[in-house]
Amino acid sequence: MRLNEKLYTLSTIVENKPGVLFRTANMFRRRGFNIESISVGTIEQDGLSRMTITVYADEDTAEQIIKQLSKLIDVIKVNVLDETDIVKRELALIKIQIQDSRSLTELTNYCNIFRNRIIDVSPDSMIVEVTGTPDKVDAFVQLVQGYGIREMARTGITALQRGSKK
Amino acid sequence: MVKMSGSQALVQGLWSEGVRAIFGIPGGQIMPVYDALYDSEIRHILARHEQCAAHMADGYARASGHPGVCMATSGPGATNLVTGIATAYADSSPIVAITGQVAKPFIGKDAFQECDTIGIVTPITKYTLQPMEPNEIPEAIKKAFLIASTGRPGPVLIDIPRDVQTGVSDISIPDKVEIRGYKPHIKPHPLQIERAADLLLNADKPIIWSGGGVIIANAAPQLRAIAELLLAPVVTSLIGKGSFPENHPLSLGPIGMHGRPEANKMVCETDCLLAVGVRFSDRSTGRFDEFCQDASIIHIDIDPAELGKNKKPNLPIVADVGIALNELLAAIKRKLAKREETAWSKRVEEVKEQFQNGSFGESKGYQPQIVEKIREILPSNGILTTEVGKNQMWGELYYKVIEPRTWITSTGLGTMGFGFPAAVGAKVAKPDVPVVDLAGDGSFRMTENSLAVCVDEHIPVTVVILNNSSLGMVEQWQRLFHDKRYSAVKLSGSPDFVKLAEAYGAQGFRAQSIDEFGKVFKEAIKSEVATVIDCPVASEEDVFPFVPPGRGLKDVLYGAEGV
Ligand SMILES: Cc1ncc(C[n+]2csc(CCOP(=O)(O)OP(=O)(O)O)c2C)c(N)n1
Repeated sequence: MRLNEKLYTLSTIVENKPGVLFRTANMFRRRGFNIESISVGTIEQDGLSRMTITVYADEDTAEQIIKQLSKLIDVIKVNVLDETDIVKRELALIKIQIQDSRSLTELTNYCNIFRNRIIDVSPDSMIVEVTGTPDKVDAFVQLVQGYGIREMARTGITALQRGSKK
Repeated sequence: MVKMSGSQALVQGLWSEGVRAIFGIPGGQIMPVYDALYDSEIRHILARHEQCAAHMADGYARASGHPGVCMATSGPGATNLVTGIATAYADSSPIVAITGQVAKPFIGKDAFQECDTIGIVTPITKYTLQPMEPNEIPEAIKKAFLIASTGRPGPVLIDIPRDVQTGVSDISIPDKVEIRGYKPHIKPHPLQIERAADLLLNADKPIIWSGGGVIIANAAPQLRAIAELLLAPVVTSLIGKGSFPENHPLSLGPIGMHGRPEANKMVCETDCLLAVGVRFSDRSTGRFDEFCQDASIIHIDIDPAELGKNKKPNLPIVADVGIALNELLAAIKRKLAKREETAWSKRVEEVKEQFQNGSFGESKGYQPQIVEKIREILPSNGILTTEVGKNQMWGELYYKVIEPRTWITSTGLGTMGFGFPAAVGAKVAKPDVPVVDLAGDGSFRMTENSLAVCVDEHIPVTVVILNNSSLGMVEQWQRLFHDKRYSAVKLSGSPDFVKLAEAYGAQGFRAQSIDEFGKVFKEAIKSEVATVIDCPVASEEDVFPFVPPGRGLKDVLYGAEGV
């Protein structure tokens, strides 16, 4: 993140059909904007998807990104979520090495404190599911780094505005 | 509902969109469509290269205001269209490109002549469609024409797998389509219009900068009325030439790198710039930070993303330029009945005087004289296209465009080889007016095969080649900025263009003087066959004035000395 830049979460409703993700991602690439994270999934209405895109940008760049996104014909609506009033979640699956029984106990304790779920355990590793704000996921990743992370998959952020605003 | 094939549905759909001419080349994966065209009254013009087909469609669109249609087979046919599509995209020209694709079961299998056409053209199209069932074709066509021609226009490509063309189904042609994510902004905010009127009326030195958007919106009359009421001079972008009559006392001509010096000068002096249907291209503005730095800027455009993209306006107005100018005119009229001569309007006259009969300190060169001769002879509704290079810049500086849609040039992409096929397309759209391509020898050679199309299809356009046996513009830059190290610019080995024209069955002339040129040019534009006029010129004659790249508009050079 550079000076003047801040985080924008763009909740973007798009047509759910082939090529839309390509066109959207391509717009970012072509104009030199950088996507911090993106997650895509269907929504309550048929035929539509939500792309939750986060970017670090200064105000002018953010304005351009929003306008260029809105201009895409398959984009129905772009909402800039109010960062002070937002529910943000990310899910991560982390495969952590288990060196000995002591580390198993410690990791199990950490998972309890973080309210993570242990999905799978084998003699030398476990898979943990972490759900929460990106900060929480970051914190947990940092905590267990020393045990050895074998593999990790993060979904990217998905988000909704709180309350009745839509 | 009627039982028909996808190809028949396509041809019917095109007909009902008003398409009467298609420019294209057939091939394996588009043959079913060509078979359906056999029974249709739509005129098919067989290009000799798909790039030319796309430029022809573009020229047709720019001359007529209606989308032009080009067609090609899959793979190499589609990739040959790319330059033409990119050219249309850069200049917001509505073309609809139709490409064949391998049959659905072969897609993704690296089949013969398969390529990812949509993947290739996505960054250079406004939209793409790929109907996957025959009965999806009519809706795809409707959407394509709607999207291409409304809002900020642009190219749309429809890619149709071969089995979708041949498949037979119950098909009906819809009257209209709904696209939920597509709502081109139309009406300006009334308060913003009021504010714009106040800003303009309170300014001492208002100036109007008019662009291609004014031509697209057919808004030249409103723009002129506003200029005359405010006594505000008008400058244009290169593509905006013709949006305001350049023989009007308030016209200063185009601004920019090779703009008219009086236009560049006055734009540096203004205190209020009304920018309409322009996109603040760096070729027009020079350095963004220096451009109109002391003026308040009102920017009207239909594309919200253009407002603030390159330069932040004080007053952004998102609207259809035609509607916005209508309302702005009404708002100004409510506050001002008539304006008498002002200090600013006197200054405009004075600066114009200084440059107009304009030799900028030197005697007027030969090429400018040819360009002015063309203007003198061509009627005001005659169409001039250009290639790219010095020929285009001399056209920009010396050819006074009087009516909208009579000046057709590749500005955004700067595509050599555009002018000739674009002239062919323009002539198909406007068969009753003379159409002329102002060319350089380098550019002409890129698409000269369109001569065959002119002869075959009886499309009598005139090509005037300013033949300097050089990639002249590059040579000029090497002369000015690369210490005269002439690298790969000499075009020796060109054919005799008179004989070349004759070999195609067209007409060829050589003009060695202005008088000779005038004589053959008069004959050419009345001729029933296409004509090439070869004008040998000196490659050392450069285009000035010139604002060097990376500089502001006040840094105009009138000759090599200042570099
Ligand atoms: C397709 C394409 N290739 C290369 C260029 C780069 N370019 C710009 S001007 C120019 C020379 C044009 O030569 P010519 O058509 O003879 O015109 P002149 O400048 O001599 O009038 C070149 C090579 C271009 N604009 N387009």
